[in-house]
Amino acid sequence: MFLDFFLLLKNDGIPVTIKEYLTLLEALDKDVIDCSVDDFYFLSRASLIKHEQNLDRFDRLFGLYFKGIERIDDEEFMKIPENWLMKNYESLFDKEDIDMIKKMGNLDELMDRLKELMEEQKKRHEGGNKWIGTAGTSPYGAYGANPAGIRIGQDGSRNRSAVKVWDKRDFKDLDDSVELQTRNMKMALKRLRALTREGLKDELDLDKTIDKTSKNAGYLDLEFVAEKKNNIKVLMFLDIGGSMDDHIELCSRLFSASKYEFKHLEFYYFHNCIYERLWKNNERRWREQIPTYEVLNKYNSDYKCIIVGDGSMSPWELMYENGSVEHNNDEAGFVWLERLKEHYPYTVWLNPVPPDEWKWTESILMLKDFYDDRMFPLTLSGLQKAVRALKDKKYNFESS
Amino acid sequence: MKFEGTNDYITTGDLTLAVNASVSLERPLLIKGEPGTGKTMLAFEVAKALKKDIVTWHIKSSTTAQQGLYEYDAVARLRDSQLGDDRVNDISNYINKGKLWEAFESKKQVVLLIDEIDKADIEFPNDLLLELDKMEFYCYELQKTITAKKRPIIIITSNNEKELPDAFLRRCFFHYISFPDRETLKDIVHVHYPDLEEKLMNKALSVFYEIREIDGLKKRPSTSELIDWIKLLVVGKITATELDDLDITEEDPPYTGALLKSEQDYEILSRLRGRFKRKLN
Repeated sequence: MFLDFFLLLKNDGIPVTIKEYLTLLEALDKDVIDCSVDDFYFLSRASLIKHEQNLDRFDRLFGLYFKGIERIDDEEFMKIPENWLMKNYESLFDKEDIDMIKKMGNLDELMDRLKELMEEQKKRHEGGNKWIGTAGTSPYGAYGANPAGIRIGQDGSRNRSAVKVWDKRDFKDLDDSVELQTRNMKMALKRLRALTREGLKDELDLDKTIDKTSKNAGYLDLEFVAEKKNNIKVLMFLDIGGSMDDHIELCSRLFSASKYEFKHLEFYYFHNCIYERLWKNNERRWREQIPTYEVLNKYNSDYKCIIVGDGSMSPWELMYENGSVEHNNDEAGFVWLERLKEHYPYTVWLNPVPPDEWKWTESILMLKDFYDDRMFPLTLSGLQKAVRALKDKKYNFESS
Repeated sequence: MKFEGTNDYITTGDLTLAVNASVSLERPLLIKGEPGTGKTMLAFEVAKALKKDIVTWHIKSSTTAQQGLYEYDAVARLRDSQLGDDRVNDISNYINKGKLWEAFESKKQVVLLIDEIDKADIEFPNDLLLELDKMEFYCYELQKTITAKKRPIIIITSNNEKELPDAFLRRCFFHYISFPDRETLKDIVHVHYPDLEEKLMNKALSVFYEIREIDGLKKRPSTSELIDWIKLLVVGKITATELDDLDITEEDPPYTGALLKSEQDYEILSRLRGRFKRKLN
């Protein structure tokens, strides 16, 4: 019966599934809640929403859908007016009410006007508990006794009204504080592994143990080895600012996934193209720059190099001295990229721009050629291919 | 029986409802929220309120799902066989029961806390899907299925270090403990320090919120930090007037160490102070 609400959530892109919907129905069936919208809000939230970044969206949709309905009488609830959810309030009202509403015009208008009045009232006497329109003839007064039981007025009690709870939108800020859907990326990056054994020997080496035990005339002789650990080293260069602003979410997801996945991850920022200086902190990028040579000297060729950037710039930023948009560079972008490429044989370029659009930008094509087609789109499949390319020098985007 | 919070643990309506829903539907409840908002405490309080025993399973990065079920100690058995121990004939002597087994086996319903599930490997929750769904698993060594006698109340906490798989999430109820508002926070402090002077509490809360609202803090102080800090204030006999005179734009509040726990946060605080002074000049 809440199917419409469920579909509304689903159509709005909140990942809800049938299983969760059935759970909600089951909970309603078992009388987990009393018949108040407040409780229904809490229950549906707990059963349908599983990511805190979706809570705010849920609050908004809930408010949208259940606008005006705050309390359902037990009796009404038993009858389950399927249409009360379809905003078909009319079916709940008796004839008298409907007539009165018709006199006032459209129901929605009525509700809006009601809301306005309530706001006004709140402002004028704080904490007052006067009901709007106590005068007998006022249409709003009719609401108090209306069969749908829409409660109005009532302010200043600590009993939080339902509307308030979701209208407060407590979870507004959560959207940016958590990592978003990085799981797939992590799974892709996981394949980039160089397993080595080092550290404490705490894993039973079965082959050697059997070997030694049999040499020991069947008496157990245990042999241990160190656990396998991922020792891959990754150096990441991230383009930041300008045209990259459009891709910031995607890049931060990649960044958060790689930070989790690789123990040895070093990252530096650049703008448009890599020149003689890089930085680690964007707030202090002009004060705390690091010479690119220093980076090259510090991290040896064992590091796998990932450059993340849209590669969209004017060609002379790559080709000529003093081509950079931000400063006077003594050496052209390609000179620096060449140095990097030579130093790190395993280099890939990840581009958040979709591959279909690459051909429209001159500089992307130049970079693609420069890296022998080892430029991959920043999508899940692109990432998987890039990971493969980081292990296989001959693999490129075309060969996939 | 319904959970309504306890004398020592203040809950909000949405949290109790989530707990009750998961208890009556016998589904796991996943709890997330800022550190220090009482996620782990919840399980203990639920156990206390519903008068159940609690089984806790603290997850570490090396924990595997199998460890929660059981572990077969083949090496010990081999050793015993060489020493001629009689125990060797019964394989069940070498099965070490895990926390899930323990919870399934209990004759009375227990509360099972799976603490910080996000610490484990990314595949960990997937390995537990069937076990949590059906509340049973198969023990190969003993060739029998272990089924829960009474389905335990399962409470799972996560700190968001890793994203949990969707298939896992679908099976849980979810609740995000948001940071309590001032009134709730007052109630919480009151539970811990019933005799605290009203004035001191108000002042302490103001300072606390002032610090919490500083932009860019790496770790914003939360409820547990506040409780610790108030404890220090009480022990140090700081009075409300002393806090009243305090201006965080001029000096650190007493015992800042209890509130701010990273060096960078101190730096932010002092930088803020510098900026403020410059403005005054």
